[in-house]
Amino acid sequence: MREFFRQARYVVAENPVTGVAFALFLVFVVVALFGPALAPHSPLASNTAEALHPPDAQHWFGTDQLGRDVFSRIVVATRLDLGIAAGAVALAFVFGTGMGLAAGFFGGWADRIIGRLTDTIMAFPLFVLAMGIVAAMGNTVTNIIYATAIINLPLYARLARAEANIRRDAGYVEAARLAGNSEIRIVVAHILPNIMPLMVVQASLTLGYAILNAAGLSFIGLGVRPPTAEWGIMVAEGASSIVSGEWWEALFPGLALMLAVFCFNLLGDGLRDVIDPRNRT
Amino acid sequence: MWRVLIGRLSTAIPSIAGVIVVTFVLTRALPGDPAVYFAGPTATPQSVEEIRHQLGLDRRWPVQFAYYLDDLAHGDLGNSLSTGQPVLTEILTRLPASAELTLAGLLIAVLIAVPLGVLAAVRPGSWIDHVCRVVSTAGVSLPTFFTGLLLVYVFYFLLGWSPAPLGRLDIFYSAPPMHTGFYLVDSLIAGDLETFRATLSQLILPAFTLGIFALAPLARVTRAAMLAALGSEFVRTARASGLSRWRIVAVYAFRNAILPVVTTLGMVFSYLLGGNILVEKVFAWPGIGSYAIDALIASDYAPVQGFVLAMAALYVTLNLLIDMLYGVLDPRVGISA
Amino acid sequence: MTSLLTVEDLSIEFRTRSGTVRAIEHAGFQVHPGETLAMVGESGSGKSVTCLAIMGILDAAGRVTSGRIAFRGRDLLHEREACLREIRGRDIAMIFQNPRTALNPIRTAGQQIADVLIQHAGLTPGAARQRAVEMLGQVRIPDPERRARAYPFELSGGMCQRVMIAMALSCQPALLIADEPTTGLDVTTQAVIMELIDEIARTERTATLLITHDLALASEHADRIAVMHAGHVVETAPTQELLVKPRHPYTQSLIAATPGPAAALADLAAIPGSLPDLRREDLPSCRYSERCGRHDKACDAPLSPRLLADNHSVACRHPL
Repeated sequence: MREFFRQARYVVAENPVTGVAFALFLVFVVVALFGPALAPHSPLASNTAEALHPPDAQHWFGTDQLGRDVFSRIVVATRLDLGIAAGAVALAFVFGTGMGLAAGFFGGWADRIIGRLTDTIMAFPLFVLAMGIVAAMGNTVTNIIYATAIINLPLYARLARAEANIRRDAGYVEAARLAGNSEIRIVVAHILPNIMPLMVVQASLTLGYAILNAAGLSFIGLGVRPPTAEWGIMVAEGASSIVSGEWWEALFPGLALMLAVFCFNLLGDGLRDVIDPRNRT
Repeated sequence: MWRVLIGRLSTAIPSIAGVIVVTFVLTRALPGDPAVYFAGPTATPQSVEEIRHQLGLDRRWPVQFAYYLDDLAHGDLGNSLSTGQPVLTEILTRLPASAELTLAGLLIAVLIAVPLGVLAAVRPGSWIDHVCRVVSTAGVSLPTFFTGLLLVYVFYFLLGWSPAPLGRLDIFYSAPPMHTGFYLVDSLIAGDLETFRATLSQLILPAFTLGIFALAPLARVTRAAMLAALGSEFVRTARASGLSRWRIVAVYAFRNAILPVVTTLGMVFSYLLGGNILVEKVFAWPGIGSYAIDALIASDYAPVQGFVLAMAALYVTLNLLIDMLYGVLDPRVGISA
Repeated sequence: MTSLLTVEDLSIEFRTRSGTVRAIEHAGFQVHPGETLAMVGESGSGKSVTCLAIMGILDAAGRVTSGRIAFRGRDLLHEREACLREIRGRDIAMIFQNPRTALNPIRTAGQQIADVLIQHAGLTPGAARQRAVEMLGQVRIPDPERRARAYPFELSGGMCQRVMIAMALSCQPALLIADEPTTGLDVTTQAVIMELIDEIARTERTATLLITHDLALASEHADRIAVMHAGHVVETAPTQELLVKPRHPYTQSLIAATPGPAAALADLAAIPGSLPDLRREDLPSCRYSERCGRHDKACDAPLSPRLLADNHSVACRHPL
């Protein structure tokens, strides 16, 4: 653990951008946790008299078509967007790692079935599959989480499988076997901790992709429904305005999206440098 | 050579099978009542029953699956509720629009990303190297739909250089006579330069939006692959033999570096086909993406399922072509496949 | 005899994340026309780096900090890149270890040889292809017509090395640098390859700089041997003289550690210690002193090679 922090300090010193990304990450987490309390106005209070006002002292990011404060909506939406992404990544992480470990460690029919499953998922363009799943299962936020989790599953499964495969016949595994440990116990106690760092790096890298995916689905009308505040749907709502010059309604949520994804990508890169310096760009 | 082809085709079969099964599950084996979905929001209980019987949803699953396969074999993807037309026909009519957009986007991405990646690798530490790295990291963070809107705002609203984002062709122009369905190609065939210019001006912005999206992974892989090739032992031998700089970079390093780039194309197409949908919505492009979105909004279910199946089939085919292209470029693969 | 290649006082450093590596220090040797000089030493002693410096294809992190590399009188370290490119492959050629990875995997053997011919001999592609097939025949590859159309992955290690030799000798260079040409090949192939190099060198009067860690190999094929240790040239002498009367303690240990036909495995003496860490700031002037049994205070003074006899130089305060 100490080693990790020492490495982390070295990486941040070498690459200050990672430090900035981490600070930004903390900002997002705080906003997500305390969102509604931080918003100056109610995100749902519409006031048509004030519709489509450009940014001013009262409304830092202006107002949208229904007179709602854009800034407040963005702040409140942070919780929803990050929550969806985190939920999807957590699900994909748990199930994907589990499946991958089983496939890589035990081989045989487990490997074949799980391989079939991941190959089938990857036979689709991923966003299209997510669309299909949400359309089939129903237009709710929960289903966006499930759909995003499903399309991220193969990534984790493949990584875990490859790593488990490598370690399957390692010396310490043999030793554990001879000591009488059950196969399951070996996987959980010996293999899993060793691959955790790599999987965590993968998770941070895909968080960004999960946010984009969820926002994309909301943009085309799947999952999140008005008047809920969510970055993707806010951009959709602002689409018609921006074409006629009222840029603030779509720009700010879009920037929030970009910033969040960029932050997670940088963080993931930084984490990867700490874990595995050989992979530096 | 034929054996290799058959070998490649046979790896696609399990994929197609998986796709068919998954779309079947999505279509029929849903929680809730699929018949309600297919009948639409305005259906009476009676028409729902009719639909249920029509779709065979009152039968056991294996029988349903058999009917489903039979329908697919006859090219029957159901009918659209809103238009009453067969879904397959509508998809085929709108496919060229999406294809033209996607290919244009890919072309732009390749024309920018590959030289960028090559130059970045040949001149490490230079400004081009930094641009390449920024593009690779930042590009992955851009939401496609947002970049599209931004481009429209800047180039249409602020600068007035681009026409309104209202589809493939301005209303003043009519589509050129149909040969390929690609307006750019067809207008050239018909010798109609006016229409060609009009089509191009409508196509530029959406194609660029898509291209920017695919740029990042392509630039990253090209740069990494070129760096690896330039640092390899066979390039060292080439330098020790006194070969010219051009030959080393272009013939020795680049041709080897292109192989991992081709492998990445599969993933890039996954992004492109997904991004296509979003771009079509922003630019009101009459392709299969907006077809599916319109159907979603109208709760018209059959087109959405047909769309997913069509996209998946397209993607499997593209991957197959990429595999074969790789087999052509890399002599090692052809034999040991 | 005027020398073909003279390396004088060569020093090379590498900048790395963990410090500056003083890879080569004040190295010097000569190669005369038509002779074979072997450079012998442990892995990491700097043999390959010296060759890359001669060719001018050092890694970007490497820097020549002093010295002179004179080829036919011209200092290669001060030549323009365009001149160096002409010399490489035409006047000085190099073959490498691991021949299969040293060849372009997606280009046929014939094409790669033809590339060199087109570059230096100005041949047309058709003529170059034909000459390439001839070269393949000269290095005794059976069925050269067919093999010219083969890719490296279709050829054995030994055949790949022959292809490299063909590439290197296609323009009849004056000097051939062979960097561990037989490491990684099986023993029979090793012998055959070395024989081939010897024969072609003899007929074309090509000088050879043979890099190897195998003293026995060097003794069989070299006219003179230069022994390297940790970036220093510690002893240079004609082969027989070196083997019979080594003057540097390291050379003696090397000989004692080299398996010969008569020696039993138990008789082999390992050399104590290992190469010093070349990133250290406090490296002694004699880098062997920490492994040497004869080391004393006098050895810490700055050291340079001394000519003991006409052809025999050694860098040691207390030569044997």
